[in-house]
Amino acid sequence: MRVAVVGVGWYGFKPVVPELSFREMMFEAAVRAYEDAGVDPRRDVDAFISCQEDFWEGVAISNEFAPEPIGGALRPTITITGDGLQCVGQAYMMVRSGAFKVVVVEAHAKPSSIVTLQEVYELSLDPFIRTLKIPNPLFQAGLDAVAYMRRSGASREHLAMVAVKNKTRGLLNPRASYSAKVTLDEVLNSKPVVYPLTRYEIAGFTDVAINVVLASEDVARRFGDKHVWIDGVWWATEVGTGVIEWHEWGRMPSMKTAALGAYKLAGIEDPLRQTDFAEVEDRFSYMELLALEELGLGGDGVHRLLEQGYYNPGGGYPVNPSGGSLSIGVTLEATGLSRLLEAILQLRGEAGGVQLKDVRRAIVASWRGPPTYTSAVAVVSKD
Amino acid sequence: MKPERTPGRYIREEDLRRLPGVIEYKPVARYSYSAGQALSEFLRGLKEGRILGKLCPSCRRVLVPPRVYCEFCFIHTTEWVEVPGTGVVETAVVSYIGTARERLEKPEIIGVIRLDAPGYREGSFDFAGLFHRLCGVTEDDVKSGRVIGMRVRPRWRPPEERRGSMLDIECFEPVQP
Repeated sequence: MRVAVVGVGWYGFKPVVPELSFREMMFEAAVRAYEDAGVDPRRDVDAFISCQEDFWEGVAISNEFAPEPIGGALRPTITITGDGLQCVGQAYMMVRSGAFKVVVVEAHAKPSSIVTLQEVYELSLDPFIRTLKIPNPLFQAGLDAVAYMRRSGASREHLAMVAVKNKTRGLLNPRASYSAKVTLDEVLNSKPVVYPLTRYEIAGFTDVAINVVLASEDVARRFGDKHVWIDGVWWATEVGTGVIEWHEWGRMPSMKTAALGAYKLAGIEDPLRQTDFAEVEDRFSYMELLALEELGLGGDGVHRLLEQGYYNPGGGYPVNPSGGSLSIGVTLEATGLSRLLEAILQLRGEAGGVQLKDVRRAIVASWRGPPTYTSAVAVVSKD
Repeated sequence: MKPERTPGRYIREEDLRRLPGVIEYKPVARYSYSAGQALSEFLRGLKEGRILGKLCPSCRRVLVPPRVYCEFCFIHTTEWVEVPGTGVVETAVVSYIGTARERLEKPEIIGVIRLDAPGYREGSFDFAGLFHRLCGVTEDDVKSGRVIGMRVRPRWRPPEERRGSMLDIECFEPVQP
């Protein structure tokens, strides 16, 4: 039994969405997704899943807020503390179990309403580490970037190339608020925020609500004809945030594990040959390269392939044709769904200015961001 | 009734905190929420001494507190409707402790008010309502259940003190017959 994405909807993709509350954003995204799919949420949807985290919401026990704005009142609704792509994994299992035919996944982010974002990041560290008062929780990205460069031989130029590729590409994507016309020199001559990352290489934050409707193959034909299939989805957490010292520095084993799980379900042995493009984690420039390596999309010489333009939109294997998180911004727990949305629009031929030619199958990979070591990977395709 | 002092060595709180194995940390989590389309207008209404609800064009319920959507029909709500502040007490409680579990000098009486808003079936579980303090109601009114069904109305703060907040209503008080 295959699982289809039959509808998508979103509202926002702006650094600040002041005009709506988070509930109103959730509703606007939901209405659009249900119209896209042609589903009546009060009649056709069997279950709803929301991916969110209380401290991002600024509401304790925020799962209680989930049902009402997405049509889930008095219907089975659950919340998962994790990235939106992990919710897709849950929905995939529910549909494949046969007990649910149509399942809605939603995730939203309103980072603009978090006044003390850095302190909330600090709060996610082990209390025993927090007493060190390391001023910027982004230090973890720097630690990984330095270790990654040392191991792989990638230079600062390679990291900057990722920023130039993604920020420039985003100029063609209406959802990419942080895109910019930027040159390699501008990136390299800009002061590091956390060495080796400059401000061009650290994604900004974006407000958004995203809603995705999944259905089992046997009922999908009732809901439109723009189906994209979830061929596989998997996720993993390394030792986790609780033991930062035990992370495998300069690597992302959670992403590798997630990829292998998703590939197994999708029947993929050679991802570069069997898929056409990828939307991968790039909230820090080095992460795109590290993600590609862990996803098996270029071996340990990904930075060399980058140099040759292999991952450019017109290259051998386009990576982040949407402009990635460096252009779109980080949407907290909605980051995985944001990238899934871009892949779905590509496969449906609805990606507008960033549309690729002749694409049939894609990889979507998300990381939950610092200080987590959790990743999720999905393989999506069209017939 | 205070417990008698029992024998033994008393530890002061600061001594306890100095023990290894205790890590103190105070989270700094501050937010600035957008009230959104519906609640912003509602709060503006309160400043003017009006309670505003939003009409669902399908089920005809007037939602208070207002939403831009009807959660049951799942469509956008449309018109703003001013509802009378009057209503009846659906349920109430007497609280003898504050938010930090400290004993209050004067117990607080809190209730849920079923407002006289149109669109709801008689006896239906859902209604246009507000959660607020009750004043002019005794502890005994609550404990005896007399408070339930009591007709109440908002006691507004003077216009110059209103800020566009739930506190623009001081409390709901019984309507004198």
